[in-house]
Amino acid sequence: MKIKILLFGQLKEILNADFIEMKDVGDSDILMEKLKGKFPALTDISFRVAVDKNLISENIVLSESSEIALLPPFSGG
Amino acid sequence: MERYQRQIILKQFGSEGQKKLAAAHVLVVGAGGLGCPILMYLAAAGVGQLGMVDQDVVSLSNLQRQVLYNTIDIGLPKVESAAEHLKQLNPDVNITKYQTFLTTQNAVEIINDYDIVVDATDNFPSRYLINDACVLLGKPLVYGAVSNFEGQVAVFNAVIDNDIRSTNYRDIFPVPPMENEIGNCTEIGVLGVLPGTIGCIQASEVIKLITGIGKPLTNQLQTVNLLTNHWQIFSIHPSSDTRSLIPSDIESFRKRDYALACRPKTNVELDYSEFGQYFDREDTVIVDVRETFEKPEIDFFPHVRHPFSMWEKEVPTFRQSTIILFCQSGKRSLNAAEFLAKKHPEKKIFSLKNGILHWQNTQILKENE
Repeated sequence: MKIKILLFGQLKEILNADFIEMKDVGDSDILMEKLKGKFPALTDISFRVAVDKNLISENIVLSESSEIALLPPFSGG
Repeated sequence: MERYQRQIILKQFGSEGQKKLAAAHVLVVGAGGLGCPILMYLAAAGVGQLGMVDQDVVSLSNLQRQVLYNTIDIGLPKVESAAEHLKQLNPDVNITKYQTFLTTQNAVEIINDYDIVVDATDNFPSRYLINDACVLLGKPLVYGAVSNFEGQVAVFNAVIDNDIRSTNYRDIFPVPPMENEIGNCTEIGVLGVLPGTIGCIQASEVIKLITGIGKPLTNQLQTVNLLTNHWQIFSIHPSSDTRSLIPSDIESFRKRDYALACRPKTNVELDYSEFGQYFDREDTVIVDVRETFEKPEIDFFPHVRHPFSMWEKEVPTFRQSTIILFCQSGKRSLNAAEFLAKKHPEKKIFSLKNGILHWQNTQILKENE
């Protein structure tokens, strides 16, 4: 199972991509653990995780059709 | 009324809508990239009372995106120059200038005079300060922010149903990022049309809130990407942590140091690998700052529970010289650690990085190896 993760704002620059794909992530906790393992830079930056356009604060089961987005805060004005 | 004829002929808007605009008091904080289009469109639409807060003067590098100002305005205070141009645009509008930073000392006094606040600032300390003030004073807040080619817009703290308020900034981003996190407190690149676009959406949300037409972006975060033209809306859910992160009343708001929001990264955070060495030490106390109902309960090491939400009433005291705080994800405890460090600069205070859940996971992984 492959899941697509959309990147927003500075995360695009940090990971040098508009989106990334991860395999074998059954839920959002596993996803975060694996993401931070693969991209240690993510441990040092604040962002929120959205699944299917909902900002989540608890672990949530993922499927191949899940739409993941990582949203950092923006300060510019 | 000829001036407003094209909006009055809109069925949903009408002369009723125009009257509501004329009676409205709107405060725009920041007269920069976002603030310029917001001020221009709100003035043009006939908002009766417009307040603007900005400490800055116009500089040459502003003109690429801050479209209220002309080359001849360089060196003038932004609020002066903006007021001049807005008056020419629409003499009906009453403009109040605040050439200052919004601070914990003046925010309550200034915001109190307005029905709606617009966040058009360019830094995190101001964004958290404005958010908290609006929650405490019960004012709807129209938020906008930009980064490179992307923007965010949301309507915070608006009455949605029976006095229930919509979510606020801290429901999305509970605490400010660290100073060295990329894009925070530093200059970022921006194409002029980006704050133009985001500012226009903000102005549109303000008009919708005042006149009651359409669906404002309450409990939602609108994201805009000008390179791909992807516009998306994310749902925001209220978080139980939020209220404990906002000062409990005006008095504690005035004492809060928001400049710390752009805090330098210190070694306040304790890595999970170092956590174990502090167990069972005479000179160290480990404190769970989560609410008492929060799970999992931790029985791996001796500790005490002092929910952070209670600290504004009474700050716990400890005889030990080293204090290690933990919570679920490491954010609340970091806030608590900074709070405590100000009260007790003589003590060594740490927050368990990434929280107890992360630490617990690493322990389980170790056992399985």
